[in-house]
Amino acid sequence: MPLLPWTIYLTFAGALLAWLAGRQSSGAARAVALATALAGWGVALAAAAGFTPAAALVDLVNCPWIPQLGIRYHLAADGISMTLVVLTGLAATAGILFSWNIEERAGEFFALYLALIGGVYGVFLSADVFLFFVFYEIAIVPKYFLIAKWGSTNREYGAMKLVLYSFAGSALVLAGVLWAYAASGGAGFGLAQLAAAAGNFTPAQQTGMFALVFTGFAVLAGMFPFHTWAPTGHVAAPTGASMLLAGVVMKLGAYGCLRVGIGLFPAGLEFFQPVLIALALIGIVYAGLVALVQEDLKFVIGYSSVSHMGFVMLGLAVASPRAVSGAVLQMFSHGVIAGLLFAVVGRMIYERTHTRQISALRALPLFRLLPFAAVAFVFAGLASMGMPGFSGFPAELTILVGAWQFSPLVTLAAVVGVLVAAAFTLRAVQLSFFGATSEKAMPDHPLPPVTWPEKTGALLLLAATVFVGLRPGFLFHWINTALESPLFQAALKGGAL
Amino acid sequence: MNMLAASTTGSYAEIARALAPEAALVIGALLVLGFDLFAGKRADGLRAVIAALIGIAALAGAAWLAAWAGPSGFALQRALDIDRLAVGARLGAYALSALTLLLLPGSARLRHPAEYAAIILFATTGFSLMAAANNLLLGFLAIELASLSLYILVGFDKTRPDSAEAGLKYFLFRGMSAAFMLFGFSLLYGLSGTIELSMLGLVLRGGPSPVLLVALVMVLVGFGFKVAAVPFHLWAPDAYQGAPASAAALVASASKLAGFAFFLRLLWPGLHSLAGDAAAFPLATGWMPVVAVLSLGSLFVGNLGALAQSNVRRLLAYSAIAHAGVMLLGIIAAGGAGVGPLFYYAATYGLATVGAFGVVSVVERDAPCQSLTDLAGLWKRSPLLALTLFVFVLSLAGVPPLAGFFGKFAVFAAVLKLNGLGGPAGWLAILAIAFSAVALYYYLAILKQALVADPAKDAKRVPAPVLPALSLVLCAALLLVLGVFPSLVLRWF
Repeated sequence: MPLLPWTIYLTFAGALLAWLAGRQSSGAARAVALATALAGWGVALAAAAGFTPAAALVDLVNCPWIPQLGIRYHLAADGISMTLVVLTGLAATAGILFSWNIEERAGEFFALYLALIGGVYGVFLSADVFLFFVFYEIAIVPKYFLIAKWGSTNREYGAMKLVLYSFAGSALVLAGVLWAYAASGGAGFGLAQLAAAAGNFTPAQQTGMFALVFTGFAVLAGMFPFHTWAPTGHVAAPTGASMLLAGVVMKLGAYGCLRVGIGLFPAGLEFFQPVLIALALIGIVYAGLVALVQEDLKFVIGYSSVSHMGFVMLGLAVASPRAVSGAVLQMFSHGVIAGLLFAVVGRMIYERTHTRQISALRALPLFRLLPFAAVAFVFAGLASMGMPGFSGFPAELTILVGAWQFSPLVTLAAVVGVLVAAAFTLRAVQLSFFGATSEKAMPDHPLPPVTWPEKTGALLLLAATVFVGLRPGFLFHWINTALESPLFQAALKGGAL
Repeated sequence: MNMLAASTTGSYAEIARALAPEAALVIGALLVLGFDLFAGKRADGLRAVIAALIGIAALAGAAWLAAWAGPSGFALQRALDIDRLAVGARLGAYALSALTLLLLPGSARLRHPAEYAAIILFATTGFSLMAAANNLLLGFLAIELASLSLYILVGFDKTRPDSAEAGLKYFLFRGMSAAFMLFGFSLLYGLSGTIELSMLGLVLRGGPSPVLLVALVMVLVGFGFKVAAVPFHLWAPDAYQGAPASAAALVASASKLAGFAFFLRLLWPGLHSLAGDAAAFPLATGWMPVVAVLSLGSLFVGNLGALAQSNVRRLLAYSAIAHAGVMLLGIIAAGGAGVGPLFYYAATYGLATVGAFGVVSVVERDAPCQSLTDLAGLWKRSPLLALTLFVFVLSLAGVPPLAGFFGKFAVFAAVLKLNGLGGPAGWLAILAIAFSAVALYYYLAILKQALVADPAKDAKRVPAPVLPALSLVLCAALLLVLGVFPSLVLRWF
C-alpha cells in the first residue's frame, strides 16, 4: 500500500474535519489543522525515508477512472515529486503555525487552507494530465477566499487579480492539453502516453502546444511579464496564505512547466528558448530592482519572490540537466525561504506594530523589541541572498553553472540579479530592524513577545534551509536520478551532470 | 413516402405502454388538483407540501416506468423513438422537475400551490414527450405543451408586476418563434413528404436547395429561442428576473435539457445530410455553421453581459446564455462523439441551475433577493444555503471536482477531436475556454457576497425549510458525485 497518496487523502479529510471542528471553537479547528498538516508531512517524510530514486516515475496508484475519455486515476512519484511533496508538508505545517492567531471563522480558514494544500499534493503526485489539471484547479478557488476574507491591504482586488490570473493561466493550459489530446487521436491523458504521441506531432504543433501550456503554467510561476498578480496578491494575503502561495503554489507553475511543458513538447522549448531565457533574466533583475525601491516591507518580499522564481525559470529555460536540477532545488529552497520571510514580516512584525512601512519601522528599534524576529529575519535575509550555508546557495550556484555552460553572458546577467538581491535584502533588513539605535526611540509599552507557534515555525524553516544548504547531496541525488528518465533525457540536452 | 404505411390499428395497450410515463404524470397532476379541491382548505399550512409530495410521487412513478421500459426503440408507429437519449433526457427532466417541486414549500408567495405543482407536472409531460418525439408534429405539440405551461408558471406570482411582465414577454417571444418553427416544419414536410425525423434525413439527401435552407434557418430560430441562444436570447434576462424562482429554475434546467434532446434528434439523425461542416475550412453549407455562429454570439453576449450585472437573477440568465453557447458546441461535436458529452453537460447544468435558483427562492421568502448585495452575509444567515450555493456557483463556473468542470472538459475534448484547430469549431472551443476564465469573475462576485461580505445591519437569519433544503443538498451531492465519477452517466451513451 503506497504511502504517498495518503498525503492527499489525509489533507482533504482534515479540511472537512477542521471545518466541523471550527463550529465548536477556533482552538479545535487549529488543533485539527495542525494535526493534519503534521500527518501529511509525516507521511511524506516516511515515504522519503524509504524512497529509492529511480530513473522514471514510480506508480503509486493506477486505475481506470473515465474510460470514455481514456482518463486514469494515476498517481506516481519520482525524485522531483518527492522533493516538492516534502516541501509542501513543511510549508503547510509552518503556515498553520503562523496562522495560529486566526480567530474569526477559523474553521473555514483552515478548511480552505488544507483544501489548497491537498490540491498541491495532488498536483505533485499526478501522472495523468487530466488529474494534474483537476488538482491544479482545485488549488485555485480556496486562494480567493483566503485572501478576500482574511487578508489585509487591498484584499478584494488582490484576491480577484490573483485568482483570475491563475484561472486564465490554467485556461491556456487546458487549451494546449486538449489540443494535444485531439492531435494524438484521443487515446488518453497519461503523461507517458501523451509524451509518446507528442513525438509524432509536427514541429508546428509542438511549438504551438508548448506556447500555450508553458505560458499558462508560467503565469502561475510568476514569470515576467505575467507576474503582476504576485506582489499584489501576496501582500494582500494573510501571513499563512502568503507563505503557502509564494512558497509552494508558485512552484506548481514551475513544476507544470517542467513536467508537462518541457516533458511533453521539447521541440517547442527549443524554439522558444532564447525568449524564455530573456524573460527569466528580465524577471530576475527587474523584479529585484523594483524590490529595491519599495516602501512596504511585504512588497519587498513579494517582488523578491518574483526575482527568485526568475532563477527557477532561468534554470528551466536553459534546459540542461544541471540547470534543471538547480531549478528544482531552487524551488525547494525558495519555498522554505519565502515562507520564513513572509512569516517574519507578516506575522512577527505587522501583527505587532501594525505597519509594514519601512519609514515607520525605521523609527523603532525593532532589534531590541523583537530580538527573535530580528535574528530570524537576518538569517532569512542571508538565505535569500544566496549565502553559503543556506539552501539558496547550492541551488543558485548550480543554475548559474548550468547557464554558463549554455552561454557565459546569461550567467553574467543573472549574477547582476544576485547583486541586486543582496542590495534589496540588506536595505530591508537594515532599515526595518536596525534603523533606530537611540534609547529615545523605544515605545512606551513593549510589543507582545513572539509566541511559541511562531518560534516553532520559524525554527523549522530555518533548520530546513540550513540542513539543505549544508547537505544538498541527498536532494540532488533524488532530482538527478529523476532527470535520468528517458522522458527528460530526450527533452534536455547538453551539459553533463 | 406514405407516412401511414404502418398499420393504423395500433392497440390501446401499445399506446398505453409507450405513453405510460406521461400518463402517470397527468394522473399525478389531476390528483394534485383533486386533492387540493377537496381537502385543500382544511390542510391550510400543508397545501404546498402535500401538492409537492403528490407531484414527486407521480414523477417517481413516471421515472420508474421510463427506466423499467428502457430504450425500447420505436413506438406508436414511429412517432416516438425511445432510445438511450430519450430515456436519459426523460429521467433527467423528471429529476429536475422533482427537485424544483421540492422547492415549492419554501416559497411563501404562491397562493395557489396546487395549481403551480400541477402545471409543473404538465410542463414535465411536455418535456417527456419532447425527449422521445420522432416526428415534427408530435415534437411541436410537445414543445407547445411545455411552453404553455411555462408561460403560466413564469407569470404566476400575482404580487409582483415583474412576474406578469416576464410572463408576457416570454409568451410573445415564444409565440413568434413557434410561428417560425412551425413554418419551417411545414416547409420540411412539403419538401420531403414525411414528418418522421429519421426519414427526413434519408429523403433530403440531395443537398441543400434555397427553400430547404430557409426551412433550416426557421427551424433553428425556434431552437435558438428554446435554449436562449443569441440572437434569440432577449427574453431570458427579463423572464428569469420576474418569474418566481422555482419557475425560473424549471425554465433554465429541464426545459433546456428536453429542448436539446429534441433538437439533437432533429438535427443529427433528422437533418444530418444537411449538416455541412464547421470543423474545417472552407465551411460547408448546412446548419452546422449556423449553430457555430449562434454559439459564438452566445459566448460573447452571455459572458460579457453577465460581467455588467448587479442583479443575481439577470446574472444567472446571462450565464445561462453563455452556457447555451457551450452546449451548442456540444451539438456540433455530437457527430463525432455522440450525445454523451452534451447530455452530461445539460443535465449537470440543470442541477446547478435548479440549485442556484433554489437558494434564491429560499432567501426570497423573507427578504427580496434581486440584487447581488441581497445575498450579503449568507454564510452567517444560513450556512447550509451558503455552502450549497458555493457548490452550485463553482459548478457553473467549471471548477473541479464538480460536474460543471467535467461537462465543459468533455464537450471541449469532443469538439477538438473533430479536427483539432483546423476549423472554426476548434477555435470556438478555445474561445469558450478563454471565456470560462472571464466567467469566473462574475461567479466569484456572487460568492464574494455570499461567503465573504458581512450581512447587512438589518439582515436576519434565513431558515431553510426541510424540503427545499433536501432539494439543495441533493443537487449539491449529485454535482459532486457526478463530477468525480462522470462515467456513471457517460457509460450509458
